[in-house]
Amino acid sequence: MGAKKILHHSLWIGWKDLLEFSRSRLRLIMLVLMPLFMMLMVGFIFPSGSSISNTPIALANMDEGTFGDMLVTQLEAINSKTGMMDLSTATDFDDIKTKIQDGKISGGIIISQDFSSSLMSGKQGAITLVTDQSNPQISMIIEGVLTKTIGEMGTQMAVHKLSTTYNIPSDHTLAVIKPYNVQVKGIVPGKPNYFQFVAPGIMAMVVMMSLMTGLPHAISYEKDMGTLDGMLVAPINRFSIILGKVIAQTTRGLVQGLIILALAILIFGVVIYGNILLVIFLLLLCVFSFVGLGILITSFTENEETATMVMMTLMFPMMFLSGVFFPMQEMPWYMQDIAHCLPLTYATTALRGVMVLGAGVSAISTEIMVLIGFGTVMLLIAIPMFKKAMSK
Amino acid sequence: MNNIAIKAANLTKKFGDLAAVDHISFDVKKGEIFGFLGPNGAGKTTAIRMLCTLSRPTEGSATVAGHDIVKEDSKVREHIGLVSEKMIMYNLLTAKENLKLFGKLYNIPNDLLDKRIHEVLSLVEMEKWANHQIGTFSTGMKQRINVVRGLLNRPDILFLDEPTLGLDPQSTSEIREIIHRINIENKTTIILTTHVMVEADMLCNRVGIIDHGKIAALDIPINLKRMISKIGTTVVELDISNLTNNMVSLIQSLKCVSSVVMKDNTRIKVQAKGDDAFNDIIDTVRQNNGKIRSIINLEPTLEDVFLHITGHEVREQISNNVKMVGHGPQPRVKTRIR
Repeated sequence: MGAKKILHHSLWIGWKDLLEFSRSRLRLIMLVLMPLFMMLMVGFIFPSGSSISNTPIALANMDEGTFGDMLVTQLEAINSKTGMMDLSTATDFDDIKTKIQDGKISGGIIISQDFSSSLMSGKQGAITLVTDQSNPQISMIIEGVLTKTIGEMGTQMAVHKLSTTYNIPSDHTLAVIKPYNVQVKGIVPGKPNYFQFVAPGIMAMVVMMSLMTGLPHAISYEKDMGTLDGMLVAPINRFSIILGKVIAQTTRGLVQGLIILALAILIFGVVIYGNILLVIFLLLLCVFSFVGLGILITSFTENEETATMVMMTLMFPMMFLSGVFFPMQEMPWYMQDIAHCLPLTYATTALRGVMVLGAGVSAISTEIMVLIGFGTVMLLIAIPMFKKAMSK
Repeated sequence: MNNIAIKAANLTKKFGDLAAVDHISFDVKKGEIFGFLGPNGAGKTTAIRMLCTLSRPTEGSATVAGHDIVKEDSKVREHIGLVSEKMIMYNLLTAKENLKLFGKLYNIPNDLLDKRIHEVLSLVEMEKWANHQIGTFSTGMKQRINVVRGLLNRPDILFLDEPTLGLDPQSTSEIREIIHRINIENKTTIILTTHVMVEADMLCNRVGIIDHGKIAALDIPINLKRMISKIGTTVVELDISNLTNNMVSLIQSLKCVSSVVMKDNTRIKVQAKGDDAFNDIIDTVRQNNGKIRSIINLEPTLEDVFLHITGHEVREQISNNVKMVGHGPQPRVKTRIR
């Protein structure tokens, strides 16, 4: 039987699957909602460094002099611009402690009793930041933000002091106090953004899911319903059936991948720095690398429920270990080693490289090779298995 | 050999230790309607699935339309049509779309396919429903489409697995009518499975009674019925107004009685052998103060033949509780894990 006929039959089977899909309104809605929820969820639940706003902080000014009041005024002025804190007053450490225990505030600032007198006598003025240990991530952010803010206020004060007291020209004073100037610069414009980080990963994941869940589901469902028999008794090559299903699921996966891309650009402000055609090529490569695994699961599971269970077992570790949601570098080394065995890791890395960093083909050649290799090996195992399974 | 459509030799299918089909051999002539008659789980569907190349035989061989079902399976598929007990249709597609898909899988060119679709739909008077989704149809309407779907490719041999299962009496007689017409008009050889004796009697030229995976008897319906009368079996229906369970078991325990079937609260159907059978049964009823309202001497049906051939074994089956009930191997116990 010619390859043309196989393709012809598979296109009709694919057409049938897509037609069925398009007739189900709920499935069409889910096609858009699933990626939207996924983006919203992962985009907003993870805190990022600069994202605190209106965090309740209590301020205890115990200073007996005037410098404490000055600092408070300055802090309030900065806060009215940035709106990161919701400032309230407290009397002392114990007061702040009670309020944190009651969950009324997330942290506190204490200006020490001898703040003014220390400064007047040429010593450092002590400021204490009180943190809530039950919420390590928020504490870390508050600590960082407040340290930086108060540090900058100190620098400003020093600049002022130097120029007035020691008569150093004001454009030189900063170099005396802070001789090093650190600047952060990305290789592409813009600040790092969590959506930018997760969007490529979610795209790769959705394509993987549509093949790993969609394919076994599509075939085992027809097996259970008995409709698969209709195709099996027709004078068509059995390869047409699997190819038809792959065509339908790939189309669905790609459409969903592109919906994510559109949502990311239009709603979440993600910017694509690389070649969009390369992005689409990579999505197709994802399809190729997961197709074999999908067919393999289909071959050795006898019904829909078993297929679903096997898929879930395989998919969850892949989703969480492949650096889709959190950077792989944050994982312990042994987990990183496992992640390096998963094809989704390479798909995610490659897509992220192209989309966020504007990488070209040469920069992601290793990933491309791994994906092609994995896909080929899987297909070589899966196709004979499938043919055998279909003629039990 | 030229007028043989199907030839099976020692065809066997085992699921583990269980032989669902156990060394069956038979021929089906071209143009005949051949029936497999048997209770659920007798091996009818498994036999059909092997002949349709959906399942590989464990032992033995068969040729369908002159081609070996294992070595030349793709050749076999070009000559056959299957109407499965599970309907081969997609609910979200319209009747026409369903037929079109399968027509395309059978490589029927576009213009001819449109003609065929029109033809088969008019055969079952479903033309006006052509563009409606199958999911909106009644079971009877669905089954009509399901049957004609098997005709799209004008198969030489059509397999029908329980074509009237679960249909109301009207749809049942319509489907039987269609099967009859296909056989006469297209000269299609038809292999039919059923557990309804009347259906086999009405439609089939020859009937193979299959039980526990073996063919227990194979002949034309009339000869099968004669088998009973030859050995002097009588079938009577008794209507006893005060029928009790005790009475039934007493009748059953009579030497001459081979089977008793309760029709309803007052009527029983009794199969018995021997010249004195009739008198013995009536004596038993009278001795127990049974009031006989009527006695009907029945023509033996295939049902009686079936009971005669397999009756005792059916009971063993229940007590042993080893053999399965239902179609095919028993489903495994499922657990849902989320």
